[in-house]
Amino acid sequence: MDVLLDNLPLFGSGFLGTIKLFVVAAIGSLIGGTILAAMRVSPVPALRAVGTVYVNTLRNTPLTLVLFFFAFAYPALKIADLSFFTLACIGLIVYTSAFVCEVVRSGINTVPVGQAEASRALGFTFNQTLTQIVMPQALRAVVPPLTSIMIALLKNTTIANGFSVIEAGGIYASLSERGYSVMVGLLWVAVGFLVLVTPLTLLQRNLENRWSVAR
Amino acid sequence: MTAVLYDTPGPKARVRNASLGVVGTILVVAVVAFVVYRFVATGQFSPRKWEWIQYVEIQKTVLAALSSLLQAFAMGAVLALLLGSVLAACRLSDHRWISRPATAVVEFFRAVPLLVMIFLFYYGLPPATGITVSAFWAVVLGLTLYNGSVLAEIFRAGVASLPRGQSEAAYALGMRKTQVMSFVLLPQAIRVMLPTIVSQLVVLLKDTALGFLIGFQELLFVARTLGSQGQFNFPIIPVAIVVAILYIAMCLLLSALAKYLEQRTRRSPKRADIDPAGKADNEVTISQATD
Repeated sequence: MDVLLDNLPLFGSGFLGTIKLFVVAAIGSLIGGTILAAMRVSPVPALRAVGTVYVNTLRNTPLTLVLFFFAFAYPALKIADLSFFTLACIGLIVYTSAFVCEVVRSGINTVPVGQAEASRALGFTFNQTLTQIVMPQALRAVVPPLTSIMIALLKNTTIANGFSVIEAGGIYASLSERGYSVMVGLLWVAVGFLVLVTPLTLLQRNLENRWSVAR
Repeated sequence: MTAVLYDTPGPKARVRNASLGVVGTILVVAVVAFVVYRFVATGQFSPRKWEWIQYVEIQKTVLAALSSLLQAFAMGAVLALLLGSVLAACRLSDHRWISRPATAVVEFFRAVPLLVMIFLFYYGLPPATGITVSAFWAVVLGLTLYNGSVLAEIFRAGVASLPRGQSEAAYALGMRKTQVMSFVLLPQAIRVMLPTIVSQLVVLLKDTALGFLIGFQELLFVARTLGSQGQFNFPIIPVAIVVAILYIAMCLLLSALAKYLEQRTRRSPKRADIDPAGKADNEVTISQATD
């Protein structure tokens, strides 16, 4: 307990960093993933192909490799000097977007074909069908798996720490400098993540039960 | 489904789609071209930066890193499958004093980031208990605990997805619990869950790269070491490209296996009544995401 109480500011700023990174990356990847999903179901073959290649490649790339590129290879390209926080955000967004895209796309697939057919029969265009008919219905099917992706993203922020972003996972290094037990410190970090993840899991279960559609 | 979202394009729509396609292609090509241009401009494709690839010693180092990576993956996969089956069996138990703790264990290890667990084994254990854990075992233990818990959930979901009539019929025939599980439920559940299990192994393979962060001598570690060597003119990007290709190729191969298995089970007539909605398709995505 001492390890936690004596270093409360350290834990506080660490987890604040985690949450900041998580929020930025979550918003970015939700937008990116939805755009990718729209590309993958669009009537334009070139966009479909780009979306498919992107998603298949990124889903089979370790996040560590993505962040490795941004941490060590990107500076060598001398494009623009970005802070490490920004690079970590970009890396997480690039990676998570692919997963969000897949979930949104499979959500679209759960909407019965008749819905889209009916809207076409009424003369709706592709954009109208997607945004006014299919997406609102797909949303209910999408939210539970989307929550698990967000949980994964929250946990993945620790990997960014390995590349020296200040956040919860980096607490252990400062603790050992100050002579506290790293073991206990890391256990408290684990507890902290339990505290952050549990509400999301409960929310997911709740939504799953309430929104599961009887079709 | 996707083709249902829009009508068969008429002449106007064809022109619009074609122009959108052209614009999209140009945008993508522009981004790629810019990156390649930066590669060329900073001399990443100069022969000097690729010299390292000719040295036999370096080739051996890369191969050694690849093999230790695969060893960690294989060890982690076997142990995680074992742990997963044990935890799933406990969770499915009718005795609450067995199933409750198992649930807690599964939930705990799924919620804690894998990297924190690996750090715990590598940095946390030695000073606290005096037990030193090598980087290899820290990675393997972390992978086992995390993926074992996820696999336990997959196994359990597989058994739960079977129609109740299956176990009821087996009990009616006078089978005991163990018999029902091992002769009736598991063979069917594994059939349904095999693609998801293989996708989880892809996650495990991807997560092996985490070893880099504690100095486990896998591919990224070698890339970092080679990339900082002045005698080859700091070839960090060329080495990273080679390592990335190796990693992605391995994961793609394993994913292809998962996809093949999924299509095979879907074609199989025995599967038809178990999973009519093609739910497994969704589940692959979900399980892939939980790394």
